[in-house]
Amino acid sequence: MAAGAASFGWPGHPSAAPAPDDPAPQMLPLRLTVNGRGHDLRLDSRTTLLDALREHIGLTGTKKGCDHGQCGACTVLVEGRRINSCLTLAAMHEGDAVTTVEGLAKGEALHPIQAAFIAHDGFQCGYCTPGQICSAVGMLAEARAGWPSHVTADIAGTAALSDAEIRERMSGNLCRCSAYPNIVAAIRDAAGSDL
Amino acid sequence: MEMNQPIGQTPLDGRPDGLVGRPVDRIDGRLKVTGLAPYAYETQALRNPAYGFIVEARIARGGIRSIDTAAARLAPGVIHVMTHENVPAQGERREQVWPQLQGTEIRFFGQPVAFVVAETFEQARAAAALVAVQYDAQPPKASLKDALGEAYKPKPAQTDPDSQAGDFEGAFGAAPVQLDVTYTTPPQVHAQMEPHATIAAWDGDKVVLQTANQMLNRGQKSLAGLLGLPPENVRLVSRYIGGGFGSKLQVQPEGVLAVLAAKAIGRPVKVAMTRQQEFHCASHRTGTIQRVRLGADRDGRLSALAHESWSDATPGDQFFETSANVTRSLYAAPHRLTRHRIANLNVPVTSAMRAPGEAVGQLAFECAMDELAEQLGIDPIELRVRNEPAEDPEKKVPFTVRQLVPCMREGARLFGWDKRGDAGSRREGRFMLGMGMSAAARLNPLMPSAARVRLGPDGYLTVRMAMTDIGTGTYTILAQIAGEMMGLPVERIRVEIGDTAYPMAAGSGGSFGAGSAGSALYVACDNLRQALLKAGDLRPDDAVFADGAVRAGNRTVTLAELAGRDGMEAAGEIKPGSLKERYSHYSFGAHFAEVAVDADTGEVRLRRMLGVFTGGRILNAKTARSQAIGGMIFGVGAALMEDGVLDPRYGSFVNRDLAEYHVPAHADVPEIEAVFLPERDDKANPLKSKGLGELGICGAGAALANAVYNATCVRVRDYPLTLDKLLPGLEEREGRVQRRS
Ligand code: FES
Ligand code: FES
Repeated sequence: MAAGAASFGWPGHPSAAPAPDDPAPQMLPLRLTVNGRGHDLRLDSRTTLLDALREHIGLTGTKKGCDHGQCGACTVLVEGRRINSCLTLAAMHEGDAVTTVEGLAKGEALHPIQAAFIAHDGFQCGYCTPGQICSAVGMLAEARAGWPSHVTADIAGTAALSDAEIRERMSGNLCRCSAYPNIVAAIRDAAGSDL
Repeated sequence: MEMNQPIGQTPLDGRPDGLVGRPVDRIDGRLKVTGLAPYAYETQALRNPAYGFIVEARIARGGIRSIDTAAARLAPGVIHVMTHENVPAQGERREQVWPQLQGTEIRFFGQPVAFVVAETFEQARAAAALVAVQYDAQPPKASLKDALGEAYKPKPAQTDPDSQAGDFEGAFGAAPVQLDVTYTTPPQVHAQMEPHATIAAWDGDKVVLQTANQMLNRGQKSLAGLLGLPPENVRLVSRYIGGGFGSKLQVQPEGVLAVLAAKAIGRPVKVAMTRQQEFHCASHRTGTIQRVRLGADRDGRLSALAHESWSDATPGDQFFETSANVTRSLYAAPHRLTRHRIANLNVPVTSAMRAPGEAVGQLAFECAMDELAEQLGIDPIELRVRNEPAEDPEKKVPFTVRQLVPCMREGARLFGWDKRGDAGSRREGRFMLGMGMSAAARLNPLMPSAARVRLGPDGYLTVRMAMTDIGTGTYTILAQIAGEMMGLPVERIRVEIGDTAYPMAAGSGGSFGAGSAGSALYVACDNLRQALLKAGDLRPDDAVFADGAVRAGNRTVTLAELAGRDGMEAAGEIKPGSLKERYSHYSFGAHFAEVAVDADTGEVRLRRMLGVFTGGRILNAKTARSQAIGGMIFGVGAALMEDGVLDPRYGSFVNRDLAEYHVPAHADVPEIEAVFLPERDDKANPLKSKGLGELGICGAGAALANAVYNATCVRVRDYPLTLDKLLPGLEEREGRVQRRS
């Protein structure tokens, strides 16, 4: 950028530009286990778990809303724990059991959370929905394991899953359609059933 | 059918057990909760697409001095780099669809300057960072406040920017009670969860876009114009859309770039905007400055009202936020004035966002009404009731149906409005509590739409139209309408929408989607009913379509039989007619909010919220409620957090992601309820329905802002109501209280 002009434009380099001493990206052979099935892939080392699922395995149920860990649309379960799949590289998950929204139903039978989302209209456009659902499944496991949240009054005890607890624990999953009240109702409802 | 007279008795009337209106689960629900509904970027039918990545301008005003693509072109996997130097010829801008990579001039930050196409997403993104652009930069104009001196009257859009009745200035000057306040609203972004995305594939001189678009036929027309092709050569497909809120009303730059690049390389190209690009490359809602003046007598009867709005637009554009349009129809006053002005700034493209006009207009006007009520010591509902007009005060025609007063009364009852105390009177520990209300009004337009239905020999009905479902529930309500008309369960209706290969439809926008598309389908089904009766030689007068059959006289024939071996087809069409001008068409409602404001920090927390609405015939009680609640929460965002912060130095959004541009999250949203009062609007459309997609946001934020005042006695006129703006007022009040004690 020319001197003099710089004050009106953003300084510096775009963050995606490789620094001179960055190692060149490599193509990595990789085996990912998703919803119980193995996939042998050759992936660019920069590929996120999210893009591996969507672009290379063809499981597009997991959504990309921001690619920066800010919206939760890409939430999947890795070894039963919820994570933002856009914030982790595929290469870090060889050998892990990854579960996506496509892997929750048992054949024709929907997962109770999925069924509750339909019954309570816990979505509108549906784009945040796979993330909300995977997040809810992971969240309920955390709550059952006694993990406290920011709104838990007694962090030593087991918090009852109040609406405030559900809201707090689900706040990493944005829904611009704002189906929040219905999502909370769906989770409250399904939490009572045998998951 | 043309809406020239009120619709009489229809097959949808008198069937309280009918499908229409019932809280039917979404028919696309299963696909959405299992992750099997393919959105634009996820369409897998196309072979071997290449990946595109947009390079954005890093200045807001000036020119490209040079652009060096050598390093990018040599980067691994790169197939093509498109810049203004090699971009194919394009026609003029059509509506909000702009030709891309035209020349060296930069008008706004984030304007695309290059498009890199590579084998993989990772390669395209990395190579995009290697495109080296030298700029001749000039200081941008990026502050609306500083540009007010050069604001001008824009070209009329749907309506004239100005309106006037009587002598506002004279009447205002003579009014015993006057209010003159200025409100500001910041730029807002749609922030729909699915970023704009397109896969473009050419076949000879025909192109297909798998894209995220709300109004397919409009997109088809404007894109075809831009490409110099007949519209039938351009096909837009949007089966599932991850939210729109106006941002997908037009083909955005990523769509145009994908089409051009796919042509250049002879291979499909897919591209999605990054979340950061959404803020600059895609459009947003302009910030506004709004002055409201109210003149009234001591009983609160308005003699004069004025609502003026200033907004900004990108260079070369005259899109303006119609903030004051709704004010023309909301309250009675003999002397009135509305005015819209714009200034062109070096800001990204501004466009319609959920309830363009009303959403921010009512943030200002409904608070001004609250201020007047406070000044007069009159209950805010009572003030509005006293100014209820007998007819549309500016158009001078009757309203189709107007139930604003019943909405306010019922809302007050359900919410416990009588427990609202005087401003600053309710306290609960650290928290100051307050209640506020607002009226809601949103235009209810009807748009031309067509539909085709086909009854197969299997007794299934297929519905086809170029309609879209952006989360509104279109799939489901169309199945309900067709099901009830034909006497079929929703399971026997196949709804095929989201493709310009189907009959032209209104699309999703402006709250006209369900009413317009649903009416076209109603007409098509009505025509099919007539054709079936004729084929079966059945008497129409007492024919009943139910349970997959027609009963007429003493005969019952199944639809499958009537359809015959080849099946049977019918088409239908709806058009606005003379009723459009003979009546004023609005949906109405009232919002109630209760907030708690932390006296120490100024943080505002919404405690609960209620909306009471009228939307004519409700087509699906479940999805309608979701629409209303979703709109209300959009209003919560506008009131409390949404704030696109423009950096005046660079003309860029400082907070261009979802971590910094705050939209409501789960923890921000307490108990919210929406209630619909019974209504039929026989002048709106044959369904007697009204639009609901935007009504929920109209006035919602104002109810919160009024609640904040009721809690704190502090009036903030600069949205959003963040704690930094409340604290000075709270401290001042605290100081006063301390001094007094
Ligand atoms: S896409 Fe991963 S958090 Fe948004
Ligand atoms: S359903 Fe649309 S974003 Fe949540």
